[in-house]
Amino acid sequence: MPVRVQTQDFDVGAEIAGLRAGDARVGAVASFIGTVRDINDGSGVSEMELEHYPGMTEKSLEDIVAQAKARWNIFEALVIHRIGPLKPLDQIVLVAVTSAHRGEAFAACEFIMDYLKTQAPFWKKETTPQGARWVDARVSDDKALEKWQGGPQGKP
Amino acid sequence: MNIQLRYFASVREKLGTSQESLAVPAHVQTIGDLRAHLRERGGPWAETLADGRSLRMAYNQQMTDASARLSEGCEVAFFPPVTGG
Repeated sequence: MPVRVQTQDFDVGAEIAGLRAGDARVGAVASFIGTVRDINDGSGVSEMELEHYPGMTEKSLEDIVAQAKARWNIFEALVIHRIGPLKPLDQIVLVAVTSAHRGEAFAACEFIMDYLKTQAPFWKKETTPQGARWVDARVSDDKALEKWQGGPQGKP
Repeated sequence: MNIQLRYFASVREKLGTSQESLAVPAHVQTIGDLRAHLRERGGPWAETLADGRSLRMAYNQQMTDASARLSEGCEVAFFPPVTGG
């Protein structure tokens, strides 16, 4: 299953090994791991709660992976996103992509993350010394999306 | 027409509910109409669903906008801009 939403942690090494197992076409694996920081917008963060929209989340991630596969010559893509309570240092998300050459793998991995940040229905609530607060969406995330629009940049 | 409603994150907290079934009157045909209809409940509904508030909408679990037309048994969700990753 190329898309997983789960409360438990993941083992990056084992996941990547599984993604490229037995596939000698693969010459490149690009991966991104998002982790919980202990500070955000000037406040200390002691805990973070991840909420999502069951059903829509999986569909939107599968759709993003399908778009990446349509756009670049990649073999496999994996997205794992955790939900529930997390602490600083915890892993939140893994995106891993296999391809023959690095260019496609790097581009597709970044594309999937940029779309995930703005399209997949996850929400973060962080606990700070001032109390719990919902994390605001960032304008920079919408900006990151713009570079993928209006043409198949990065497509070989 | 009967529809299912879902609310998430800060929207869910402000409205004090995560989901409901609703029979909508005939003049409510789009998600925009529905948003206005729910605002008539007043209080947190008027405030949270106000025009100009940064709100995302989904129709049958796909991101959409206020022009999406409702259908019998459809699922509509209101939530804030997403912040995963």
